[in-house]
Amino acid sequence: MTALPQLAVTRADAPTRFLEVRGLRVHFPTDDGLVKSVDGVSFGLERRRTLGIVGESGSGKSVTSLAIMGLHKGGSARISGEIWLDGQELVAADQETVRLLRGRKMAMIFQDPLSSMHPYYSIGAQIVEAYRIHHNVSKQVARRHAIELLDRVGIPQPAKRVNDYPHQFSGGMRQRAMIAMALSNNPELLIADEPTTALDVTVQAQILDLIRDLQEEYGSAVIIITHDLGVVAELADDIFVMYGGKAVEYGTAADLFARPEHPYTWGLLGSMPRMDRDVRDRLIPIKGSPPSLITLPSGCAFHPRCPYAELDGIPCKTVVPTLGEGDRHGVACHIPPPKRRELFATDIAPHL
Amino acid sequence: MSTSSPAATESLLEVTGLEKHFPITRGIIFRRRIGAVQAVDGIDFFVRTGETLGLVGESGCGKSTTGRLVTRLLEPTAGKVVFEGRDITHLSVGQMRPLRRDVQMIFQDPYSSLNPRHTVGTIVGSPLRIQKIVTRQEVKRAVQELLELVGLNPEHYNRYPHEFSGGQRQRIGIARALALRPKLIVCDEPVSALDVSIQAQVVNLLDDLQNELNLTYLFIAHDLSVVRHISDRIAVMYLGKIVEVSSRSDLYARPFHPYTLALLSAVPVPDPARRDRAQRERILLTGDVPSPIDPPSGCRFRTRCWKAQEVCVTDVPPLRELASGHYAACHFPIDDMERSAGSRVAARAAAAEIAQDTASEPV
Repeated sequence: MTALPQLAVTRADAPTRFLEVRGLRVHFPTDDGLVKSVDGVSFGLERRRTLGIVGESGSGKSVTSLAIMGLHKGGSARISGEIWLDGQELVAADQETVRLLRGRKMAMIFQDPLSSMHPYYSIGAQIVEAYRIHHNVSKQVARRHAIELLDRVGIPQPAKRVNDYPHQFSGGMRQRAMIAMALSNNPELLIADEPTTALDVTVQAQILDLIRDLQEEYGSAVIIITHDLGVVAELADDIFVMYGGKAVEYGTAADLFARPEHPYTWGLLGSMPRMDRDVRDRLIPIKGSPPSLITLPSGCAFHPRCPYAELDGIPCKTVVPTLGEGDRHGVACHIPPPKRRELFATDIAPHL
Repeated sequence: MSTSSPAATESLLEVTGLEKHFPITRGIIFRRRIGAVQAVDGIDFFVRTGETLGLVGESGCGKSTTGRLVTRLLEPTAGKVVFEGRDITHLSVGQMRPLRRDVQMIFQDPYSSLNPRHTVGTIVGSPLRIQKIVTRQEVKRAVQELLELVGLNPEHYNRYPHEFSGGQRQRIGIARALALRPKLIVCDEPVSALDVSIQAQVVNLLDDLQNELNLTYLFIAHDLSVVRHISDRIAVMYLGKIVEVSSRSDLYARPFHPYTLALLSAVPVPDPARRDRAQRERILLTGDVPSPIDPPSGCRFRTRCWKAQEVCVTDVPPLRELASGHYAACHFPIDDMERSAGSRVAARAAAAEIAQDTASEPV
C-alpha cells in the first residue's frame, strides 16, 4: 500500500450507516498479471442486521471480508475505495489503528478452525490473549471470562476444556471455540467466512443457531460469506451476490429468493437441488466455468455464460453494467427490468 | 429403473454383515493391539442393476470405507461382498484385476486423484492399456471418444491436469472410470469439492451417462439434497451402521429413524419465507458423533436420541422392514403423529435436553 496521510477521523461525507463500503477495489499484482479480486464493490450494513455475501470460489467474497478486517495491509495488495466502520475510514488508516479495532470493533470467524487456531497454545490461552489485548485485566479474570464464553457457546465442562489444545476438540467444538474467541470483546461487527462449510449438516444447524442467538444477544452486525444459498436464506436479512469481483445483484433475502432478476442468480438457484421441492428431472446448470480474474471478459463478466447475452441488441460485451444507486433491489444487468421480470416468470420460475 | 421386488438374483451387488475394523496398535517392536476403529460394523445392503443407491451420513460414519470395501481397495474384516453372484470378499489383487472392468470408482478430490505428471491421454487411457482391451494404436482414439462423452474437448488429449478447472478435472476422473465400460461405479462424494454451478453440470452428466450406458451407481455423499436428486434408493449410515434404507420418496416423506428425522430437519431451507417455521421444527442434536473406537452399547444413536429408553442401551436394534421396502434399525420408530409440526417442536425441546456425553469425546 502506498503511504497515505492519516485522515481526520470524521469527514464531511462520512456515512450514517454502521458499516459502509464504497467502491472497494483489491488488486493483486502477480507474475501472470493483475488479479482484480474485488473490483468496485459498494454496500452498507446497519447494527443488528445480517448481510449475506454469496458467490462461487474466486468471486472475491473472502477478499472483500479480509479487506474490511484490514488483513491485506502490509501485503502486496493494492486497495482503493473507502471502508467506513462506525464513522471511521479504514482503507487509509494505518495498520496500528486497524489492529486496535480488530477484535474489539470487528471480529472474524474463519472457515477452517484447525488451521486458524494456533496448535501450540491451549484454547483458553488464545481466548485470554484476545481479551487482554483490549482489556487491562489480570490473567485470572480473563481466564474466568474465557470459561464463561466457552460455556455460552455450548462447550461442555468449559472449566476443564479451557486447558485443551485445538487438536483435542472435534470440528464442531473447534468452530464453537473460534466463535467464543471472536466474541471475547463483544465486537460490533462479526464477519463469518464460510463458518459451516467444513462441518456436517447437524453440526452446521447447531452453529447457525448459535450465531443467530448470539447476534440477538449482543446486537452486532453480521456479514456471512458462503457459497451455500441455503445457509444465507437461514441467516441473512440482505443478500449480495458476487461474480468475478463485482456485485451482480443486491436485495433483501425475501426479494432475492422470490424475485431474483440477474441471470447469474437464476443460474445459482437452478443449479441447486432443493429438499423443499419435488425432485426435478434435471438440474439447470450454468454453462462454462467461472472466469479468470486476470483476463475478465469485457463488459458484463457473466456474458460468456449468460443465456440471454446480447438479447435484443443490449451491449453485454462492451458496457459494464452497474447495480444502480440507492435501489433496494439492485441488478447489474443490461436486460431492461420489465423484460427481466417477464423472463423470470416465463422461463425460470416454472423450473425452480 | 427397476421397481420390481428385491429378489436376490437381480441385484448386481450384495453386501452382508460387512465389517471393517482398523486396528490401533502401540509399541514399536512388539506391536500390541489395543483397540480398533470400528469404521464399518456389520452392514447389509444390495444394489439392483441400473439403479442408484445413495449412501448418506456425516463424516466418520463409514460411508467412504464402505465404498472402498465394495471396490476392494480395502480388505474387509468380516462379512461378504457378492458381485454378480460371485463372492469377491477376499480376492487377491491379481484376481480382482479382471473384475476392475466391471467395478470402477470416482473419487472426491479431483486435485489429488489425478497424477499431475501424466497427460489426460495417459490418465484416461491407462485402464485400457492395463486391461489390454484395445491395441496401442487404438488407445488414442478410444480416449478421445471418452473425452467427448464426458463433455471435454478431445483435442486436450495432451494436456496436463493442472491446465483444467475443478469441474473439468472431475470429468477426467469420470472418463477414466468409464473407460472399461463398467457395470457398477462407486462415486465417493463426486461433486462435494465443486462450485454450485459446476456441481449441477456434473450431476446432470452422471445422470445422462447412466441412461446412456445403463450404469449402476453407489453414490456416496453427505449432501442430502444432491443424494435426493440422484438416487432411487437411499441408505442412511450412523457410526458404522446402516440405520435406515428406503426408496427416495419414502425416506424424505416418512423417515422412521430419529436420526434420519434430525438429519433431514437440519438441512437449511433456501427459502427465507419458511425460515422461521423450519427453525422452530428443527431438531438440533446435542454434542458430536461418539468415537468409533468405543461406540455406545445397544443402539449407537441412543446417546443423542430423545426417544432412548432402557432397551436401547442393552439391545442392538435390527434393521426391520417397517413398510414395504422401507427398513429402519430402531426400537421406537417415528410414527405419523410425531412427524406433525407440534410434535417436532416438542422433539426439538426434548433433543436439546440431552446432556452431552463428554466421556466419549476425542482425547
